[in-house]
Amino acid sequence: MQEISLNILDIVQNSVRAGATLIEVELREDTDEDILSFSVKDNGCGMDSDMVARVMDPFVTTRTTRKVGMGISLLRSAAQATGGDVELTSEVGKGTFIEARFSYSHIDRQPLGDIAGTMTALISMNPEIDFCYRHTFNKRVFELSTKEMKDILGEVPLSDPTVAAWIKDYIDEGIANIYGGAE
Amino acid sequence: MKSLAELQALKQKAIENVNLRKEREDGTRVVVGMATCGIAAGARPVMTAFLEEINKRNLQNVVVEQTGCIGLCRLEPIVEIYAPGQDKVTYIKMTPEKVARIVSEHIVNGQVVSEYTIGSAGM
Repeated sequence: MQEISLNILDIVQNSVRAGATLIEVELREDTDEDILSFSVKDNGCGMDSDMVARVMDPFVTTRTTRKVGMGISLLRSAAQATGGDVELTSEVGKGTFIEARFSYSHIDRQPLGDIAGTMTALISMNPEIDFCYRHTFNKRVFELSTKEMKDILGEVPLSDPTVAAWIKDYIDEGIANIYGGAE
Repeated sequence: MKSLAELQALKQKAIENVNLRKEREDGTRVVVGMATCGIAAGARPVMTAFLEEINKRNLQNVVVEQTGCIGLCRLEPIVEIYAPGQDKVTYIKMTPEKVARIVSEHIVNGQVVSEYTIGSAGM
């Protein structure tokens, strides 16, 4: 994976396959604390503790299940390369929470990349799932909830190409704002 | 500055499209492989390019969907196109640059871009 946002796309696919109806993605960038972290929380099928222990191992997981695979171990090595790590908690029937932390200024930290592209892909490919996206940059916050959008759009699905194009612009603009646009 | 209020205006335009789509059940499906292998190989910009191209051309009977790993990871990004009255066509090693040609030649005009297909890879 060349970008952290691609890791996010990959990790959220696990929640999609776990049958989640609500997926919360939170991304935090704090240059004072020198941290970049993201978390994905879902209400999908969850995993038992045995499975949680195994998902970090790429060789065990790819051979035993298609549900998780290489993604988490790739993410973990990317995070650990910067002095960070990945934490995962899960409960069968309740859902899964995964958090990855990176040192913001570490030379080996991947660039965040096109996070708006990632969120747009996820939202438009899974219009039936509710997504919450919260992005903080040094205490400035951009938030998005597809539930709000669905309420406005009514019978028009989030997968509509015109809507998808608008969502991408909306996120791009929101993120540009927290990176230093006008208050 | 974009606001959610704009969505309301967008809705009116989109409703017409949705109705058009409902009338035509003979739509084309563009299916992008979005498992770890596909994503790592560059599936996201390919998917974005399809959405943009379909939006730009205002194509009403085309949907973009995702699928998991189909077991040919070395050929990712893979895109399958299901057009009415045609066999499934599998495009391999996709890039955003290839997308415009596939949309105009294959999806709009029904001519498969054979040099990008799995069949042309000599397997």
